[in-house]
Amino acid sequence: MANSAVEIGITHAPHDVSASFELGNIGMWVFLAGETMVFGGLMGVFILVGISHGGWGADGAHVNWRLGAINTFILYTSSLTAALAQGAARVQDSARAKRYLSATALLGVLFLVIKAFEYAGDYREGYTPLAALFWSFYYLMTGLHVLHLLAGIVVIFGLAFMVGPSTPASWFERKLKYVCLYWYFVETVWVFLFALVYLAPTAG
Amino acid sequence: MAETKPEAAPSTDAHEKMGFWRQYIFSIDHKVIGKQYLFLGLFMGYVGVFLSYVFRWQLAWPGTAVPFWGKVTAPQYYEVVTMHGTIMVFFVAMPVLLGAFGNFLIPLMVGARDMAFPRLNMASFWTIFVGSVLLLISFFVPGGGSKAGWTNYVPLSDAAKYLPGNYWGGNLWLMALAIDFASVLMGGINFLTTAIAMRAPGMTFWRMPLLVWQELAASVLFMLSVGPLIAGVVMLLFDRMVGTGFFLPEKGADPLLWQHLFWFFGHPEVYVVAMPGLGIVQEILPVFSRKPIFGYRMIVWSVIVAGILSFTVWAHHMFVSGMSPVLAEPFSVTTIAISIPFAVMLFAMIATLWRGQITFSTPMLFALGALANFLLGGVTGIPLGTNASDIYLHDTYFVIAHFHNTLVPTAVIGGFGGIYYWFPKMFGRMMNETLGKLHFAFTWVGFNMVFIPLFLIGLGGGQRRIYMSSVYTYYKPLQPLHVIATIGLLVIIAGQIPFLLNFFLSMFRGAKAGANPWHATTLEWATDSPPPHENFHTIPTVVRGPYEYSVPGMDQDWAPQAAAVEAGAAQG
Repeated sequence: MANSAVEIGITHAPHDVSASFELGNIGMWVFLAGETMVFGGLMGVFILVGISHGGWGADGAHVNWRLGAINTFILYTSSLTAALAQGAARVQDSARAKRYLSATALLGVLFLVIKAFEYAGDYREGYTPLAALFWSFYYLMTGLHVLHLLAGIVVIFGLAFMVGPSTPASWFERKLKYVCLYWYFVETVWVFLFALVYLAPTAG
Repeated sequence: MAETKPEAAPSTDAHEKMGFWRQYIFSIDHKVIGKQYLFLGLFMGYVGVFLSYVFRWQLAWPGTAVPFWGKVTAPQYYEVVTMHGTIMVFFVAMPVLLGAFGNFLIPLMVGARDMAFPRLNMASFWTIFVGSVLLLISFFVPGGGSKAGWTNYVPLSDAAKYLPGNYWGGNLWLMALAIDFASVLMGGINFLTTAIAMRAPGMTFWRMPLLVWQELAASVLFMLSVGPLIAGVVMLLFDRMVGTGFFLPEKGADPLLWQHLFWFFGHPEVYVVAMPGLGIVQEILPVFSRKPIFGYRMIVWSVIVAGILSFTVWAHHMFVSGMSPVLAEPFSVTTIAISIPFAVMLFAMIATLWRGQITFSTPMLFALGALANFLLGGVTGIPLGTNASDIYLHDTYFVIAHFHNTLVPTAVIGGFGGIYYWFPKMFGRMMNETLGKLHFAFTWVGFNMVFIPLFLIGLGGGQRRIYMSSVYTYYKPLQPLHVIATIGLLVIIAGQIPFLLNFFLSMFRGAKAGANPWHATTLEWATDSPPPHENFHTIPTVVRGPYEYSVPGMDQDWAPQAAAVEAGAAQG
């Protein structure tokens, strides 16, 4: 006979399991796990192909590690401003958080500008994506990273734009957390890329 | 037009107020999205069956005109074979088992009002829809669809000179695959977040139905294995469209790299498809045996162990590829080891039947059929996983028969069982039992008529991917077996007529199903059929495990997971 949920359902209401979890946080971690495997797979392939070639030799000696180092510094600084934005949001200072957030995105833009000059320089010297296997990997890996950075910049500017005096502080703090998590991930990927693509080939 | 907050009480009429487009097309309701996946998967499935009909006819009667197609040319043969595999694995098995059943059932089974990210869920469906359309378009571009095989090995699939006339077909194939992967990744984010964070009160992890466990395992496996192949797909697209040489031996690259990337994903992918299929079977068996599932926790641990091991077996697909024979040995060992957790699951399922009160309803018939054939598929994997015997069997029809005996029982036969079992919940009406049993008989008998002969062809040395078998003398004695197999396929196709009639007629004319027509225990049966907008009138409190059948001392032979009003009060 039990043909309706009403008979079985009970009166108690709160959905208490979800209250202890943040959906966006879990979703972002799961997403980044998948992303880790994309970049991890690519870097793993790069390392293995490099080993089977006995190192990248002369091809890898021409990367512009100076610009890469400057960019590493810039990206680290942008993560610092992102963390400062989170700190400001935690004490409900939305205006200051917004300034730090904009600084983060602007540093991201600066990274891209330097990267563009670097690509142009490589290209002028004849190191195009078709020049050698090393350069195919170089453009593919850094290019994928650039796309991720670009997405992060758009989202950060979007978030900074949306925050106003009437924005609920807890909402802002949560969204900021997800965006920053992504940003730290993109920064971490760069650290690995810098070591693999810039330092290792030029050192040997 | 005040937006309803997620925690607010469900408003049944909120659903009615939405326009047609928001309600049925660009819906963010997981139940509607699940059904959209089901329809897409069924459509693509019948496209895939038609393609298999074309090449099986060519295999049985080489060179004769195929009805509704005409004479099959060699490029066409490789096109239909490639597209059959691609469609069935990536555009049928995944959308139906993950997209349809995962979407429809995970929130209902864990007691949630919807998925964690409903908009992402909608985006996931429309992404795979675009991927499916791209793949179908590739039939009509100059040169037709991809002919490089569903594994798309390089260098054949790489530079245009190796496979002329495949330029756009191959490019679209790669794009459709990348889009498909993106869609399933979005789905996986939803599945995991929903099951971790949106369980009803009392729904502990160890009270989740096995199907939920297996959908989660499949999502994790997919997410952790597909990354390198996504990178590989992009690399191959650059090779084809820009002119890089990531996989080209003449540019100093190692073509085996693609095989490693493909199978590092490809083997876990088998379990991405098989696990939800087994999960469906494990939901059906206890209901129609009126017994708790045997060894619930052992099954969950088997799923986890199999999932971990699945990352260590991929090179068993590559024993004849020229990779180091020293490496082949450990990969043989891990491959044999992975059969242990699956054997545990099979024994648990068989033990569930033991001394049960079995009802041979249509869902149960499909579940039993799936069980029998998955056993055959698993056992025949052992000679393929052992590198010595694989060298003989590699690339023969034995391989084809083996993997169809693992994937068809789980994805297709199990999937059909799931459709019959949850149809009342999806559409509020029962399917016809007579037509259902007819469908089962044709499908299951036909399936074995196709693939038992293929085992024999493979043991006889019959190579796969041969367009005109009649030109080889060694193939002549094997030819009658190909004829039997093709007749088997025609039997399967005939069996789909009762299914389609049943499916579409029952949707409108079937007997009304109550909330719980099978007297089952899991949460989806504790709400209306079809469930209201936001699933539950009140979020239920879960008081027990998912398979409490024939509990001694109860006046009915099932104890629902959801607390009854009185029971909840007694719990205090």
